[in-house]
Amino acid sequence: MLEMVLITLIKVLVVVVAVLTGCAYSTYMERKVLGRLQNRIGPSYAGPFGLLQPLADGLKLIFKEDIVPSNVERITFALAPMIAFIPALLSFAVIPFSSDFELFGYHITGMLSDLNIGILFIFAVTSLGVYGIVLAGWSSGSKYSLLGGLRATAQMISYEVAYGLSIIGVILIANTLSMRELVAIQEGITNWIIWKQPFGFLLYITAAIAETNRAPFDLPEAESELVAGYHTEYSSMRFSMFFIGEYANMLAVASVGTTLFFGGWNGPFLPPVLWFVIKVVAFMFCYIWLRATFPRLRYDQLMNFGWKVLFPLALLNTMVTAAWVML
Amino acid sequence: MTLDMFIFVFSAIVAVFGATMMISQRNPVAAVLYLIVSLVAQAVLYVQLGSVFMGAVLIIVYAGAILVLFVFVIMMLNLRGKEDLGDNSPPISRATKYIISMLMVAEFVFIVHGSVFSGPGGGMLEAETVAGFGSVEGIAKLLFTRYLYPFELTSILLLSAVVGAVVMAKRREIHEQSDSGSVSIDNDSNEGVK
Amino acid sequence: MSEYLSILIFILIGTGIVLFTFLLSRLIRPHNPYHAKNLNYECAEEPVGNSWFQFNNRFYIFALIFVIFDVEVIFLFPWAVAFGQLGLFALVEMVIFILILFFGIFYAWKKGALKWV
Repeated sequence: MLEMVLITLIKVLVVVVAVLTGCAYSTYMERKVLGRLQNRIGPSYAGPFGLLQPLADGLKLIFKEDIVPSNVERITFALAPMIAFIPALLSFAVIPFSSDFELFGYHITGMLSDLNIGILFIFAVTSLGVYGIVLAGWSSGSKYSLLGGLRATAQMISYEVAYGLSIIGVILIANTLSMRELVAIQEGITNWIIWKQPFGFLLYITAAIAETNRAPFDLPEAESELVAGYHTEYSSMRFSMFFIGEYANMLAVASVGTTLFFGGWNGPFLPPVLWFVIKVVAFMFCYIWLRATFPRLRYDQLMNFGWKVLFPLALLNTMVTAAWVML
Repeated sequence: MTLDMFIFVFSAIVAVFGATMMISQRNPVAAVLYLIVSLVAQAVLYVQLGSVFMGAVLIIVYAGAILVLFVFVIMMLNLRGKEDLGDNSPPISRATKYIISMLMVAEFVFIVHGSVFSGPGGGMLEAETVAGFGSVEGIAKLLFTRYLYPFELTSILLLSAVVGAVVMAKRREIHEQSDSGSVSIDNDSNEGVK
Repeated sequence: MSEYLSILIFILIGTGIVLFTFLLSRLIRPHNPYHAKNLNYECAEEPVGNSWFQFNNRFYIFALIFVIFDVEVIFLFPWAVAFGQLGLFALVEMVIFILILFFGIFYAWKKGALKWV
């Protein structure tokens, strides 16, 4: 019992540290890739190739003064960054990073927690992600924050339905909610669910980008009209919690997408963990590529697209998949 | 005390604490937050009973959807908890309020004491005895065999909710036109839904 | 049960790390508030009016529609998991269920409730 708790504890620490490092280097990757796509070179001063840039950013943020405007709702203002960050982190509890392996004579599973309702857990955690944003917007006492928070909430709930429906297609094929079994049935590149659900994947990535408030759906922080949206009034570590939370959400979407559609850690020759990381990085690259390519939508276009295009298409995809599985 | 028992007692206390704080808060957003705490604790209880799907639904539908709606209503009515919500009612009605709530508490204690804890195994472990009880597959099988009819009726219920939302949206538009496009909220149209 | 226990440990450690960074930052950062700094940001002007305005209740309508279809998605989950065992009958039942709700979204669409002005 004690051994098991200790192993879990170490695994949790490894995962948390890995996710936080991943978030830090996602910002680096985003700036570097975006720079290249815009004919710049991106960060290049801190360390070789600017590799120490995330560290420098983190240090800077820790040393910054935490400005709390005098008319905020103090308790909710302080809680909101935590509420935004923790659900983002929680998704990683059920994602299989690697196959099982033996280490020092112990059998170690490649995931933190093999829930038999893994996908439902992720869906539940995603649905809680709204609160950090709406509370930040509400408690800041700033017009930009409130508008940004409202927009973000309406956007996230509008795309959450399509997000859930795009997952249903995968479950119809796999007949399981367990992430481990999902990876198990996708052994070998021909068994990846993406080949059976190409349309479902497009729905998933569209809804997921809108869920994480990323370009071209980054209306909540449209800087030309809302300054910085819901985190306008945040500074120092509280701001960085929102920032890390956003990147953790992106990584979570990439990891879930990898597990649902691209066979998770399955792959030849290289160790499973490495395959997982490669797939997630490729996913993140697409995220950044999309940001560099597409202009931001207008808000009415966004809502219309979510309810009148994405949602009916997702329902249709579910029905067609069900009929196809039946045959 | 085993770990299971500890988790049960702890989440039960958190659930009751959250619910109590919810009704005693003056700030409506804080009340919603406490309700979320209470719901998460209740979800833990469901999971402990082996009813994982119910636990997930509690989080997804209640905490993730219905409470977002509550937050929207609070923001829309611009409730800040700073208004004087003091009790101005006459003493007699204040007294009845306390008497009735005491009666309710006594009643709940009586029911819970009489039914749950007197059963075999304290009533707590009964769920374990039915194989597949509360699992997602088990629920699906029941839903599409024994409870098929209520399931289809649910869709009609949800349809009527859509119609209700549409009616509200239409009323607001009419109100706006007559009110030269003001964005103030229409109290009349909201009462129909409550 | 141990699977849920590891999630509990995960939540605790995650919260712990957040609190730790907040504490660390509190210990080493400067703290020098004054009136002008503590004003809300409004393009470097004095903020005008109360920021806690009332807003368009269209947000509320969309939240209401969202709740309805979220429930629908929840019903789809057990159906999808057990689909292999349930067979054609369940497919027909679910098609009826979805069509009724699809009629709902179609109605809302035609009546202009989904129109964002």
